[in-house]
Amino acid sequence: MSGEVLEGRAHKVGDHINTDLIIPATYLVSKDPVELGCHLMEGLDPDFCSRVEAGDIIVAGYNFGSGSSREHAPVAIKGAGISCVIAASFARIFYRNSINVGLPILESPEASAAVSEGDLLMVDLSSGIIEDVTTGESFEVPSYPEFMRKIMDAGGLIEYRRSELSGG
Amino acid sequence: MSQSRRILAVHAGRESVSPGELIDVGVDLVLANDITAPLAIEEFNKLGVDVFDKSRVVLVLDHFTPNRDIASAEQCAFVRRFALEHRIEHFYDGGEVGIEHVLLPEEGLIRPGEVVIGADSHTCTYGALGAFATGMGSTDIAAAMATGKAWFRAPEAVLINVTGKPGPWVGGKDLILHLIGVLGVDGATYRSLEFTGDGIAELSVDGRLTAANMAIEAGAKNGLFPVDRPVVEYLEGVGVKVAECALEPDEYGYVGEMSVDMVSLPPQVALPHLPSNTVAVGEAPRVKLDQVVIGSCTNGRMEDMRVAAELLRGRRTAPQVRLIIIPGSPRVYRRSMEEGLFDIFLDAGAVISPPTCGPCLGGHMGVLASGERALSTTNRNFTGRMGHRESEVYLSNPAVAAASAVSGTITDPGELR
Repeated sequence: MSGEVLEGRAHKVGDHINTDLIIPATYLVSKDPVELGCHLMEGLDPDFCSRVEAGDIIVAGYNFGSGSSREHAPVAIKGAGISCVIAASFARIFYRNSINVGLPILESPEASAAVSEGDLLMVDLSSGIIEDVTTGESFEVPSYPEFMRKIMDAGGLIEYRRSELSGG
Repeated sequence: MSQSRRILAVHAGRESVSPGELIDVGVDLVLANDITAPLAIEEFNKLGVDVFDKSRVVLVLDHFTPNRDIASAEQCAFVRRFALEHRIEHFYDGGEVGIEHVLLPEEGLIRPGEVVIGADSHTCTYGALGAFATGMGSTDIAAAMATGKAWFRAPEAVLINVTGKPGPWVGGKDLILHLIGVLGVDGATYRSLEFTGDGIAELSVDGRLTAANMAIEAGAKNGLFPVDRPVVEYLEGVGVKVAECALEPDEYGYVGEMSVDMVSLPPQVALPHLPSNTVAVGEAPRVKLDQVVIGSCTNGRMEDMRVAAELLRGRRTAPQVRLIIIPGSPRVYRRSMEEGLFDIFLDAGAVISPPTCGPCLGGHMGVLASGERALSTTNRNFTGRMGHRESEVYLSNPAVAAASAVSGTITDPGELR
């Protein structure tokens, strides 16, 4: 996922957006990203999903993805066409789930505070630069630790472990 | 090192690990349920290997069972086929199902000093028995099922000093609700909560399991209790022989220290819509309740059933209050029946559910309509957690829940007539 430049409109959400809001538990009987994506943020706003266009970006406050360990949350976000999530901070399990399933996530309290609903954003994953094209502001995000980059470069945790299992 | 990092270091084959280090760790037990296992199995199958150890993978069909609908039945069938094909030794289905975090300790599957990971955020429950236990997602669990390994960021620790003997109707639930109220829902993110102090001896093992269960609600990676005499005796009772093990101090120091005096702590209630919105029961608004739930991985153990029965004996639920009681495992179920608690519950007008996570996550067996309010002994009161987006959930211990089912509003058990 490194090396890509993402472009999309910002959808702002608040602090403590938990996984029950991202994908209510009643829908956890599907493994299909598109089906799960149809219910994205339904706990917060039943119309959220209908406003999302492919490539759009969620910009959240503190503690995004708290609560349940359900990996269906980052899967639903990807399935709805969201290209990445920027948050002031992430909950622990959501953070590792996103890395494991290849959903780019960037921690930036500054961008979280400055970006407005509907702003056009460009995110350069390799340099860690978030640009708010609407306002002209830009924000730099510290790079991922090397261990996590290895997982992401391998294409996720399963591919990373596969290369280990095969002695690669 | 903190006790949590000490356990991780041993499992990483290291002398020590410092906070923040990223390490690969050998795991002793890997858990998933009917919601998280299907995704894990799909990822696991991509690796084309067998499970690392058939006796160390645990699969429990507890969330939407007995099957809620066709879709959940298909998920359970998918997990069942996998369990049989891979000869998983600890596969819980049908009448063997308990709520996973009530069931595993009773089954003697949790041992102090071991590393347990589960595709369920409340896996941190097992810290009450001295294990390093934490929740992860399905892909992490898939990789661990294949390799017996998981990666960790070694956590800093927050020391929680518990003192004094709790008053009547106060227990582990009140300790942890109070802590979450002080820390906030992300106050312990990435950190261990390590419990110490003379007040721990005053908490039952069931009460400690309740407290450790909700460490995640403050964002914590894990919660950890010392292995004292009551824990050793509890484990002996389930066929696990271990020695006592105190928590040794962390030479790196703690990133935070907190004290809780149980003597002066009243029963706690978390108001909608975060577990950190805690107040003393006397300060909770006197809202009219539509439903009361007593059960879950937080409060579905024997002590919880007995406390509820003590308050419900000879009393009836208030009109229009639906009381749902969920013994957390087949053992808790049978014992509640043998002790005559079911007669008390039925006479009080309660519904007795088979062990299931059910209503806690708005799955089934007690979903809320719009505008309805529930008081529940579960762990989360997020918007829509138990049903409709416009329903409300209040959290409390089983005594407050039982007293409130009788009065119809949030009530201090000490004031129940």
